[in-house]
Amino acid sequence: MKSRHKKLALIGGALAILGIIAALVLNALNSNIALYISPTDVAAGKAPQGKVFRIGGLVKEGSIKRQADGVTIAFIVTDTEKDITVNYKGILPDLFKEGKGAVAQGKMTADGTFTANEVLAKHDENYMPPEAAKALNDAGNRATDKKAAEAAGTPAKPGASY
Amino acid sequence: MIHWASFSDFIAMGGYGFYVWSSFGATALIMAIEPIIASRNHKTTIARLKRQIRAENRNTTE
Amino acid sequence: MKDRFNLYRFASPATFYPLAGAMIPYFVAVSVVFGLAGLWLGMLVAPTDFQQGEGYRIIFIHVPASWMSMFIYLVMAFWAAIGLAFNTRLSGMMAQALAPTGALMAFLSLLTGALWGKPMWGAWWVWDARLTSELILLFLYIGYMALTAAIDDNRRSDKAGALLLLVGVVNIPIIYFSVKWWNTLHQGSSVNLAKSSMATTMLWGMLLMAMCFWMYSIAIAFMRVRTIMLERERNTEWVKAVLTGGEK
Repeated sequence: MKSRHKKLALIGGALAILGIIAALVLNALNSNIALYISPTDVAAGKAPQGKVFRIGGLVKEGSIKRQADGVTIAFIVTDTEKDITVNYKGILPDLFKEGKGAVAQGKMTADGTFTANEVLAKHDENYMPPEAAKALNDAGNRATDKKAAEAAGTPAKPGASY
Repeated sequence: MIHWASFSDFIAMGGYGFYVWSSFGATALIMAIEPIIASRNHKTTIARLKRQIRAENRNTTE
Repeated sequence: MKDRFNLYRFASPATFYPLAGAMIPYFVAVSVVFGLAGLWLGMLVAPTDFQQGEGYRIIFIHVPASWMSMFIYLVMAFWAAIGLAFNTRLSGMMAQALAPTGALMAFLSLLTGALWGKPMWGAWWVWDARLTSELILLFLYIGYMALTAAIDDNRRSDKAGALLLLVGVVNIPIIYFSVKWWNTLHQGSSVNLAKSSMATTMLWGMLLMAMCFWMYSIAIAFMRVRTIMLERERNTEWVKAVLTGGEK
């Protein structure tokens, strides 16, 4: 009986140590685990210079500009704090829309815009029929405004706000 | 009650048919094959162990 | 004292073997019923999604498979802890019986995720924290199966496997909370204990499918554990009795 307790304690201790190690490793890797950084981070100089990285945020309403050729496109990615203009030439995913999330991979250019070679759409965790979405949208404009204000107050994680 | 207007609508899945049906097909395939393999393993194991027992019995009675 | 005696009796392969055998058909039947109800609700009744159109219906297998891939791992880790602490024979067998199904669930989660990501996100795969940690889970399953298969002595292979399972268990909260902790392409969870952000029919379709996957996993694990029991205990009286007395 006593050795059983001892074994349990040993296993518990080993698990606790492993957990702490994992937490430390993850903390150290934190910056690299993030798939993308926000426009605010880019403005704060956290973007790697001259290297390919990803930015993420919302596609600003009314900011999509399509060229006549149909594949060249410019839009603004925002986290409601800072904006970055993204230039992209290629196919866009189905869910790429104004007001929705997007992640773009590419490089910063000298004039402060972002040239992307890949654009991905990020959707939210809501699933509902279109009628319900419309009703919710009509009724919930006030709530959305409030949420946007909150998001602007906490610019650290744009992912959490949409 | 039924969401679909026609069978071809159902198959088309609003243009996502390939992705939806590949997902469901792969899952159905795996969930059909896994039990077949498991029960066949069970049967062959039983047959093999039975043979072993018979062989042992023969050895001890001789 | 009496309770403990009963517990050990239940955990002994000789008792568990016929019990599991008798329960398999019920789990299969319940799984089929849940599956048919879930498919009916999810594929025929549930409405279109406002963002993803009909493509969202992949959720009815993607989420159940992902849940099961994590849950089966937790159950295996539970058996691993029991096995290390109390040296029970059953625990190692249970963990081994569950592993292939867990691996298949992780594989299905990744496969259906890719088939969903391509049309919606625009990519089959991205190295975000959610996808990467689920891939690590698949590797953990494969690693466990390879490790236990590599060691012939059952006692030692159980012990080594249990250690691997317990080390790897840290990956489960990482998978679950990755969408909260880091910037990922994968969206947050639609369902948790407090609230759900899904329309009712969609949610019920998904929960029914999850029940189907759960019952399926129990049935297949019972099938496999019975084979493992016969194999490992082939020299015991109870196995000989099972094999000679009109086996099942």
